[in-house]
Amino acid sequence: MALRMWASSTANALRLSSKASLSPAFSLHRCFSSVLDGLKYAPSHEWVKHEGPVASVGITDHAQDHLGEVVFVDLPEPGGSVSKGGSFGAVESVKATSDINSPISGEIVEVNTKLTETPGLVNSSPYEDGWMIKVKPSDPSELGSLMGPKEYTKFCEEEDAAH
Amino acid sequence: MTIPQRQKLGRPLMKLIRLREWPILQQLHIEEQLLRTSSENWCIINDGTREPTIVMGVSGKPAELLEIKPVLHDQVPVIKRFTGGGTVIVDGGSIFVTFICNKDAVPDLQPYPRPIMSWSSLIYNEVFHGTGDFHLRENDYVFGNRKFGGNAQSITKGRWIHHTSFLWDYEIRNMAYLKLPSRAPEYRSARDHLEFICRMKDYISRSDFIDRTVRALGTHFSVESEELEAIQSGRSTKFSPLSRLLTAQEIESASCELESPKSLACFSSP
Repeated sequence: MALRMWASSTANALRLSSKASLSPAFSLHRCFSSVLDGLKYAPSHEWVKHEGPVASVGITDHAQDHLGEVVFVDLPEPGGSVSKGGSFGAVESVKATSDINSPISGEIVEVNTKLTETPGLVNSSPYEDGWMIKVKPSDPSELGSLMGPKEYTKFCEEEDAAH
Repeated sequence: MTIPQRQKLGRPLMKLIRLREWPILQQLHIEEQLLRTSSENWCIINDGTREPTIVMGVSGKPAELLEIKPVLHDQVPVIKRFTGGGTVIVDGGSIFVTFICNKDAVPDLQPYPRPIMSWSSLIYNEVFHGTGDFHLRENDYVFGNRKFGGNAQSITKGRWIHHTSFLWDYEIRNMAYLKLPSRAPEYRSARDHLEFICRMKDYISRSDFIDRTVRALGTHFSVESEELEAIQSGRSTKFSPLSRLLTAQEIESASCELESPKSLACFSSP
């Protein structure tokens, strides 16, 4: 399943259906979880992509692979606020609910309503169609304390090796 | 935040609460509060619950999972709990065992659903050693290919809960309140409830099961008994649990929408 998810997420991001050389936008994890350049990462395995006044948030390929098939996503309403490190929702997979924590603080300006009908987007497209919330950051400097792609890749390797 | 204590042998401390016929909703509230507000490791064992009650997982939909008309007619309580997983009907024949742990309580255990589920089966391998053909099968505890224990979990940033309802005994008529779920493990092979489940009483007594569970825990943790009153006196009044009893109106609305999604009758006031 890990190989299929890696191939699925990679192919989806690269818009590929046949063999091709890997884009430099990707760093590869030895356990086949993809990590994208241009994103920042939290130790609780959420990613954030800051574009202008808004930051998108979701869970990483590493997280979705370890969680298993996502069958339900519980997200807040737009207009609420999130705090860095605080829980804003949950995913259900394999009989478990798992908290999703926000990497940054701010106001929720948009929620991915597609996840209500198609929670599996979190598995098949964790960095694109599986985005969860969009936040107007209240303190953009919080991004500075998050991990970059190389640091996060190493973090995942060390975490998996330790268990 | 208090730091969990370790005894001289290095096993983490686990506090044990033993209850008898405690209402399942209250048990769920205690569990959720301990998961969210405590920094200790806990085991809760509740030997039965007085009133037959349906308990659905966090994403459960009554119309899909329940035979609504008999549930409403017989006024069977329906709870939606804070953990994932499926639907059960519990009563005095059920035994509940719950583990609430810090993520570093079990060495080398990753705080994700499958590793936690596998670890739990190690505990119960010890409990059922020499008793029946026990194993973990697609997230259920089975003897052979018949389920007798249903599991559910909730995982936060630093802690997790794994709780199980065991069918020590059950009333056949109660199973009629539950529909065949659309999402079912492969090994179920479309069997109806009575062909799919079995009674733990055919393998082990209640007291033996509970004693063996406490002993198995003792090989992994330093277990200390705790009285429920000690927890209840320290409960935060600010904590609001998610587990709740569904109202008859909510269950009726679910039934109404299933039969006729756009019917005006679904929206009439009671």
